[in-house]
Amino acid sequence: MIPACPLASLPRGEAVRLNVNPPIAVFHTDNGEILAIDDTCTHQDASLADGWLEGCEVECPLHASRFDLRTGQVDAPPAKRPVRTHQVVVQNDVIYVVPSDAPPNLPPCVTVRERE
Amino acid sequence: MNTICVIGASLAGLLSARALRGQGYEGRIVLIGEEKHRPYDRPPLSKDFLKGAISETDLALESEGEDPDLEWRLGGAATALDPAIRRITLSDGTSLLADGIVIATGASARRLPAAEGLPGVHTLRTLDDARALRADLKTAKRLVVIGGGFIGAEVAATARELGLEVTLVESGQAPLAHVIGVTMARAIAGVHEKRGVQLVCGAHVTALTGAHRVDGVRLADGTHLPADVVVVGIGAVPNTAWLEGSGLELGDGVLCDEGGGTSVPGIVAVGDCAAWFDPAQGRHHRIEHWTGARQRAGVAAATLLSGGTARPEPARPAYLWSDQFDVKIQLIGQARDADTVTVEEGDPANHSFLAVYRQGGRPVAVLGVNQVRLFTRWRRHLETAPAQAG
Repeated sequence: MIPACPLASLPRGEAVRLNVNPPIAVFHTDNGEILAIDDTCTHQDASLADGWLEGCEVECPLHASRFDLRTGQVDAPPAKRPVRTHQVVVQNDVIYVVPSDAPPNLPPCVTVRERE
Repeated sequence: MNTICVIGASLAGLLSARALRGQGYEGRIVLIGEEKHRPYDRPPLSKDFLKGAISETDLALESEGEDPDLEWRLGGAATALDPAIRRITLSDGTSLLADGIVIATGASARRLPAAEGLPGVHTLRTLDDARALRADLKTAKRLVVIGGGFIGAEVAATARELGLEVTLVESGQAPLAHVIGVTMARAIAGVHEKRGVQLVCGAHVTALTGAHRVDGVRLADGTHLPADVVVVGIGAVPNTAWLEGSGLELGDGVLCDEGGGTSVPGIVAVGDCAAWFDPAQGRHHRIEHWTGARQRAGVAAATLLSGGTARPEPARPAYLWSDQFDVKIQLIGQARDADTVTVEEGDPANHSFLAVYRQGGRPVAVLGVNQVRLFTRWRRHLETAPAQAG
């Protein structure tokens, strides 16, 4: 489990990026859910934590593909592959992410860094 | 409806077909594409694809395993339309009848008549154009780009990154000035100059030189710019010539109402070929941006399936992006409507800033340069504000 941040420091409607490899974005939706996905858009190198959170979806800040935070599914081009989702645990008012074992869907030209 | 024919197999056509399925239409959909390629994404053609950073597979617009049950007719254009009986004639002489038609034939690069057939002179609109330009740039040393719009500025940046000597010729005061205004355009121009692109502004091209292959560009003041390759990026014209005389109302594009309905029932148009009525401006105009096609495909599908009774939501303001060198440019709204522009964050000299365009004190457009996070907040502000038009 990776500690993300204290629950109190992530208000509803906000996101935080974890600088792990590859980076993870944690969202606090307007209806109180906390959800985590890979931070990098599957189309091009853009940070989804910088995107537009609406309901349970985030819109990529560059090219406006929308990802479902629960399933990772994408609605329309230019992205065409889902983004990887991660499990979130809240313990003692701290948000933790349990990173997925599945391979990430990183965009072309972006790879998992070999070394931190 | 039993058969809907979507004419044009690029972004607007594919998304219209998907939207028809998404809105419950279960009949036959025939997708007609002039190019032989399956739908692909055009914006990277002047950037990552031209640079060689991504492949043709990466350009595909369809998802793996996607099956919206479409009948593809690729590699031949529609050449005529009889709107009364909705009959479409194809370039191979065959024709087909449809109950509903989506016209999404896009636009073509405007050409310089003097450049027709001269090797080494390129326009960039299609995958085949990009392949040809990419191949030509491999052996070239000097590139001259005519036209400082988005295509021209992006090609200039990419070619410079590939190591070519690049000259960008623009008739206005700075590249992109007609879109983002002179002040901000100068800031972007600074990026190009810093990276070694030679900018020639306020210049008019009088001739392309070279007997068997282009060897330069002649300007009105007599200057001769030597070139191994020339890219002409002077805008696009809607692909509507095939509709002339059909009875469909045409202007600068297929004239449509604010839901994409044309002058003939059962026929809608969307994407670069279509000039939708914009209530905020009180006129028809085309939106050539990628996001325009994306936002409107669903609206056009709803208009077609409802027989024109579906009332579209007010249009979202136009949004576009551009990548030039390591600079991400984002623009929302109509900057040319503005009477003031102020930098609200960052510094244009550092190539990282956000500028807000206002008309009578009201924000009408926002430009972000390497300010992705802040730009998203402003975009949200403009998109959710009432009475904005694209």
